[in-house]
Amino acid sequence: MLIKQLSIFLENKKGRFTEVAKLLGEAGINMSAFTVSESSDFGILRLIVSDTDKAIRVLREKLYAVSITEVVCLYCPNQPGALGKAMDIITEAGIFIEYMYAFAQGDSAHVIIRPDDISKCVEVLQSNKLKLIAADDLYKL
Amino acid sequence: MIWNETIECMEREEMRKLQDIRLKRIVAYAYHNTPFYRKRMQETGLTPGDIASVEDISKLPFTVKQDLRDNYPFGLMAVAMSEIVRLHASSGTTGKPIVVGYTRKDLGIWNETVARCLYAAGVTRNDSVQVSYGYGLFTGGLGLHGGVETIGGTVIPMSSGNTQKQIQLMHDFGANALACTPSYALFLGETIRESGLPREEFKLRVGMFGAEPWTENMRKEIEELLGIKAYDIYGLTEIIGPGVGCECECQHGTHLWEDHFFPEILDPQTLQPVTPGVTGELVFTTLTKEGMPMIRYRTRDLTALHYEKCPCGRTAVRMDRILGRSDDMLIIRGVNVFPSQVESVILEMPEFEPHYLIEVDRLNNLDTFLIRVEVRPEYYSDEINKLLALKKKITLRMQSVIGIQPEVKLVEPRSLERSLGKAKHVIDNRQLV
Repeated sequence: MLIKQLSIFLENKKGRFTEVAKLLGEAGINMSAFTVSESSDFGILRLIVSDTDKAIRVLREKLYAVSITEVVCLYCPNQPGALGKAMDIITEAGIFIEYMYAFAQGDSAHVIIRPDDISKCVEVLQSNKLKLIAADDLYKL
Repeated sequence: MIWNETIECMEREEMRKLQDIRLKRIVAYAYHNTPFYRKRMQETGLTPGDIASVEDISKLPFTVKQDLRDNYPFGLMAVAMSEIVRLHASSGTTGKPIVVGYTRKDLGIWNETVARCLYAAGVTRNDSVQVSYGYGLFTGGLGLHGGVETIGGTVIPMSSGNTQKQIQLMHDFGANALACTPSYALFLGETIRESGLPREEFKLRVGMFGAEPWTENMRKEIEELLGIKAYDIYGLTEIIGPGVGCECECQHGTHLWEDHFFPEILDPQTLQPVTPGVTGELVFTTLTKEGMPMIRYRTRDLTALHYEKCPCGRTAVRMDRILGRSDDMLIIRGVNVFPSQVESVILEMPEFEPHYLIEVDRLNNLDTFLIRVEVRPEYYSDEINKLLALKKKITLRMQSVIGIQPEVKLVEPRSLERSLGKAKHVIDNRQLV
């Protein structure tokens, strides 16, 4: 249930994201989800791609600083209150969320979560019958 | 190992006598053969007869870099051009280059002093030396080259650049020693690490690095990266090139070959001699050079001299690491800042690559002070907070070492330019009038 997310260090400079997108595109790698977190002079591009190993190889060849972080992807219905319910469960279990990002489409929504204790988070969510998306399924979305 | 034991281990009193004789001779020689020196001495009412020993050296006027530019190209030669067998010139990043000429005898002196350096660093006729200093007008390449041939070692005259080929041949030829700038040594080390060539297949044992100031931390970095002992070799074009001095295996000071190059340390403000051990500006007088003697040349290098005998057996004076060239010193918001201070902070922190770029500018009458640094791949974090904490850590450390707070920018891997020769560490965009 763990998903490998790429984190790329990028300077806040024109065209840096374009370069990464192009590079992955040329290598035939698809992005399923991404988010950018920025400070005044640099940002971290976090993304989930169809072929993690290949993406790392391609990016490292071009000397990008890339690291892998494990995250979970929670499925929830795209309706009011659904996410709140899931968040309550996580909070009550004493899990801290470092960051999260989400995308919704039609009836469904997917939330990528980076908790401080990932195995506990998976366990709590599953025991409460919440649906987690497996890596392979996420790449196909 | 000592190349010229008679000279290098000579009793200090004997050395002083030798210097007295040679100084008297060179001052008379310069007076009679170089109109520039004659005019300078006449202006201060001096004749060669006033100089009886090194005690009298402070009577002589100084020579500065601008004098070499004003007399470009051959105005300071003391011999007819037919006697000059080689010319070298400095890169001349600011203004005209400075040109130096060597007679055949001068080249012999140069070979001798570089030979002493090689032996001090433990390089002998059984070693091959990859000379990765630039060959050409720059004194680095040909200077080391002549020294290696003199001791009977094997020269690999690579010159600088073409880094992939450098490491391939270093590997294939089994070079035992490497001579280049310390910043290029770092780049070669990084390239070897990335190349996948196993380090144990290299025969490199010794590095002789110079032509730019470097720090003790940088030495550690290079020694670890390349698995060698790294020695400082000191020199400057105006005096002869590399080979004015070199460290011995004790690595606690650069021995200067003072039978050829007489050093003084002066207070940079008053220009009066300081007590031995005190830091000041290094000034050289060449005692034997024929082609273009230098009388009291102000190097702008800041250092101190130590006259106690070295455990290696040499009595030759030892010079501290160059703190910086007073030319390199930046004055930012009224504080004296040396790039070497910035370098030492970066090198003591394992989170950063040993490369940096300082950018100084002036915005609304206030100096801005920016340092760009690269984080090592293994220290990049997925979390912004961790990177910001790292940035804060280096900023505070810089502030405590330098005295003012810089703005630190974390940049992408390999985005700072790697240097093949002398590294460019400072961009000063201030338009000061």
